Amino acid sequence: MKQFQYVRPANQQSVLAAIAQPGTKIIAGGSNLVDLMKHGVMAPDKLVDINKLPLRNISGISNGLHIGALALNSQVAEDQQVKTKFPLLSQALNAGASAQLRNMATVGGNMMQRTRCPYFYDTAMPCNKRAPGTGCGAKEGFNRMHAIFGFSDKCIAVHPSDMCVALAALDATVLIQGKKGVRKLKFTDFHRLPGVTPELDNNLAKDELITGLEIPNNNFAQHSYYLKVRDRASYAFALISVAAALDIHNGIIKDARLAMGGVAHKPWRLTAAEQLLKGKPATVANFEQAAQVAMQGAKAFKDNAFKLKMAPASITEALTHAAGLA
Amino acid sequence: MKQQELLNIPPFTEGIDRVDGRLKVTGAAKYAAEFEVPGMTYAVFANSTITKGTIKTIDIKAAEKAPGVLAVFTYLNAPKVPGYETGGDPSKPPSGGGPLKLFVDNTVKYNGQPVAMVIADSFERATYAASLVKAEYNKEAHQTDTSKVLDKAATPKGSRFADYKRGTPDDWQSAPVKLETEYVVPIDVHNPMELSAIIAHWTADDKLTVYDKTQGVKSTQNAIAQAFKLPPDNVQVTAKFVGGAFGNALRTWPHEIAAVMAAKQVKRPVKLVLTREMQFYTVGYRPYTWQKINVGATADGKLTSIVHEARAQTSSFEEFTEGTVNMTRFMYACPNVGTIYKITPVDVNTPTWMRGPGEATGAFALESAIDELADKLNMDPIELRIRNHADIDPQNGKPFSTKYLKEAYQMGADKIGWQNRKNKPRSVQENGWLIGYGMGSGVFGAGRGRATVKATMQSDGTLLLQTAVTDIGVGTGTAMTQIASEVFTGIPVSKIKFELGDSSLPPSPTQGGSMITSTVGGAVHDACIALKEKFQQLIGNGGTDKPDYAQVLKDKNLPQLDVTITSSGSSEMRNFSSYSYSVHFVQVKVHPKTGVVRVNKVVSVADSGHIVSPKTARSQVIGGAIGGIGMALMEEGVIDHRFGRYVNADLAGYHVPVHADIPQIEALFVNKPDYKVNPMGAKGMGEIALIGMSAAVANAVYNATGKRIRELPITPDKLLG
Repeated sequence: MKQFQYVRPANQQSVLAAIAQPGTKIIAGGSNLVDLMKHGVMAPDKLVDINKLPLRNISGISNGLHIGALALNSQVAEDQQVKTKFPLLSQALNAGASAQLRNMATVGGNMMQRTRCPYFYDTAMPCNKRAPGTGCGAKEGFNRMHAIFGFSDKCIAVHPSDMCVALAALDATVLIQGKKGVRKLKFTDFHRLPGVTPELDNNLAKDELITGLEIPNNNFAQHSYYLKVRDRASYAFALISVAAALDIHNGIIKDARLAMGGVAHKPWRLTAAEQLLKGKPATVANFEQAAQVAMQGAKAFKDNAFKLKMAPASITEALTHAAGLA
Repeated sequence: MKQQELLNIPPFTEGIDRVDGRLKVTGAAKYAAEFEVPGMTYAVFANSTITKGTIKTIDIKAAEKAPGVLAVFTYLNAPKVPGYETGGDPSKPPSGGGPLKLFVDNTVKYNGQPVAMVIADSFERATYAASLVKAEYNKEAHQTDTSKVLDKAATPKGSRFADYKRGTPDDWQSAPVKLETEYVVPIDVHNPMELSAIIAHWTADDKLTVYDKTQGVKSTQNAIAQAFKLPPDNVQVTAKFVGGAFGNALRTWPHEIAAVMAAKQVKRPVKLVLTREMQFYTVGYRPYTWQKINVGATADGKLTSIVHEARAQTSSFEEFTEGTVNMTRFMYACPNVGTIYKITPVDVNTPTWMRGPGEATGAFALESAIDELADKLNMDPIELRIRNHADIDPQNGKPFSTKYLKEAYQMGADKIGWQNRKNKPRSVQENGWLIGYGMGSGVFGAGRGRATVKATMQSDGTLLLQTAVTDIGVGTGTAMTQIASEVFTGIPVSKIKFELGDSSLPPSPTQGGSMITSTVGGAVHDACIALKEKFQQLIGNGGTDKPDYAQVLKDKNLPQLDVTITSSGSSEMRNFSSYSYSVHFVQVKVHPKTGVVRVNKVVSVADSGHIVSPKTARSQVIGGAIGGIGMALMEEGVIDHRFGRYVNADLAGYHVPVHADIPQIEALFVNKPDYKVNPMGAKGMGEIALIGMSAAVANAVYNATGKRIRELPITPDKLLG
């Protein structure tokens, strides 16, 4: 790996000053970045370690829960408030990576992790995300794990996170500190679709820092389920994942949240399916209908056509579990 | 030696603890890369990014100038390996071919082939400098997709691989019940926990010490001695512990020769540890194999003919062959049998043996086909197998030395609850999951080779046994200690020491092919008997059978007493066919909507003679079952054939089972001796623990879902729709 400098500023102000310089990169848990540096995919001149910042707390706020950007994945997954109020998030976190990685990885880092597309990782292969203009290796290549929604001619990679799928479903907000102050971004607006700039994964500016998340209170805790379909029982990325959350009163769905992972360059919120479910009885037939609506516009490649079947089946399955009908 | 004594070893009922267990769990066990030699340097390869062609230019200036770099070798400046001059020319079309020779010319034969080697004073600096090597190539059209060139496959030389025909195998076409199916086993990559590693240290101009990850210290010693034209004794090879190998350290690979070459040139010890990615490109894999099986049978389930054909990949420069179709010749009593085995070269590195080697590939096809036939006949697959049980070896008419396959069927069926299986697939559902049962059997030759063991009674009454075998993790040291303790009853296990993994010890074969317990165990047994007799002669008539050996040595004023014995199997073995058998039983659940398969329970039964070391034997069987689950459900090395490069050359992309994939596994043993093979009555079990397992899983998946998956691995996508 290329030699680099390393700093560990004591406060937020110093971090912001450091990351404003070109060639810098924030490191928190490092569970993805260090891999990428070893592979020569990323080669920063300077790492800015933010672990001294007081961003590890999980605390109740008036309308929900605040989670610091440096809270560990394992810490969030096992947090009593998270488990009580947002079990969907806890389930999604525990479906991701391995216990060792969850003990190291942070919430902010999980959001910032890069695709696991093999063409992105192998510097001997073309990849527009890693080296813009070299082409997309996956489009005509091995694309079993790739997108069926929202891809572009330049890139068909998917975002690998489980946590982010749950956060997209839970209407979370991202808190971002810049030089000029704090801004708030809807979680679903944080990640980008590839378009013509697949090198950009998200809308965080180079000189900005994620400080935390806010999740608003909701009525989904009783009826939520995270389903992850994968090639082995643990430590595998999703073929398809579904975050399903329902608010059910007397068998009628008052409100619904649905998001999918493993299908797009960002966590894929399924608002049309949510709308369809609202006011309907919680039945498997209605879930299947919602799944059909959710799949509108999906398009597959050579190796991932199975996702056109697996995704709606998984949506139905996740909703069935969430509703307690399984 | 009295014949009676050879036959009196009783069943081993109590297993001793793993003799090196404490060293392993405390981290005190040293693996090849963990040795420290003063002045160590570190080697890292720069690898080809094209699949076929020639190197046009290679720029090593920046790498040479990078901090800590001692040398950068390419074909332009690498010193000649003396033994390479006389070997076959790898640029010529293969007629057997030979291993790749690194840095001898500008040709590139496969993607990932090393084109330069950097030696630096730290691993990190060598890695960085290797990234600065810039090569330009003249590319040529390549082919890495074996499935596209199956029609170019040809029969390799050698009688073992010639077409086999017994009776009129093509009769299957006119049989009352017939089956015609094709199966594919993809590239499987060994991926043991320990990466391939070597430390090469020249201690004089014509002498070197090597710490190597190898399954055979003697074979590595000979390979290096030949390459560098040295007397074998001048090459000392050490492999005290091996962190799993499964076949990928059976031979000496080009990277090992390159490390020795570099160490000579830089005049310092060189350590080379392959990266996980390089394992995929350097040390072999189970080859992609297409198979076709045609079966004819009577309506009451008697096999009348079988034709089994396999076509597998090899590299463009070397023939790799294995016994993929051979078990079909003798597994069942069938009068008309034909087997065909062909290989086809593609632009990849050479495949190699991977646990259960060809037989594991062949058994997937044969044991799936038998299950398909049973389904067609609406017959219990065990009943079908029993109806076609081979009482004598149908290939040569010889009796089996022992065979308890029927007992093994029964033991496993009872344990898994086979009576709960429904013959009609997709009949059982529990909590939204489809439940299915499947079984498959395995077989592997049981022989005994030649080994030499030195047994020494030391002055303190410690029995020291020495031979140059390796232990690739299976528990060889434990099994040998157990055998010695059965001969020398009265000596506690703690006073028996088994020394291995050093080429200067008496010769022993490479650990592979399920031969070591029989071969080295037989020699340990014979050496212990001989040492006991030597003591008896010393004591004279009237002495006890269990003397105080330390006291005897003291009384006779001897520092120690030793014997060195070379022994091998008896000629009587030629009159028999000897095999180990396994039967694997599996219960799976399959999710009908998502296609996810989970294995609920495994029962593996081994008919492998007396069980010498019950604890490590159980671990062997469990490990084989896990390997079989990996082969069945997830393992596949995927190459993007446009580029000729793997797209999953790491443990995130190449899946092996994790703990969560593994259910309760029960290891059962028939545990009846086969004294014709060796005096312990023991037969090998390393291979059979895996052979047949992938078919058992596939058959269970069929029983659960009604879907027959004939191309491994059985991933969820294949079970949808």
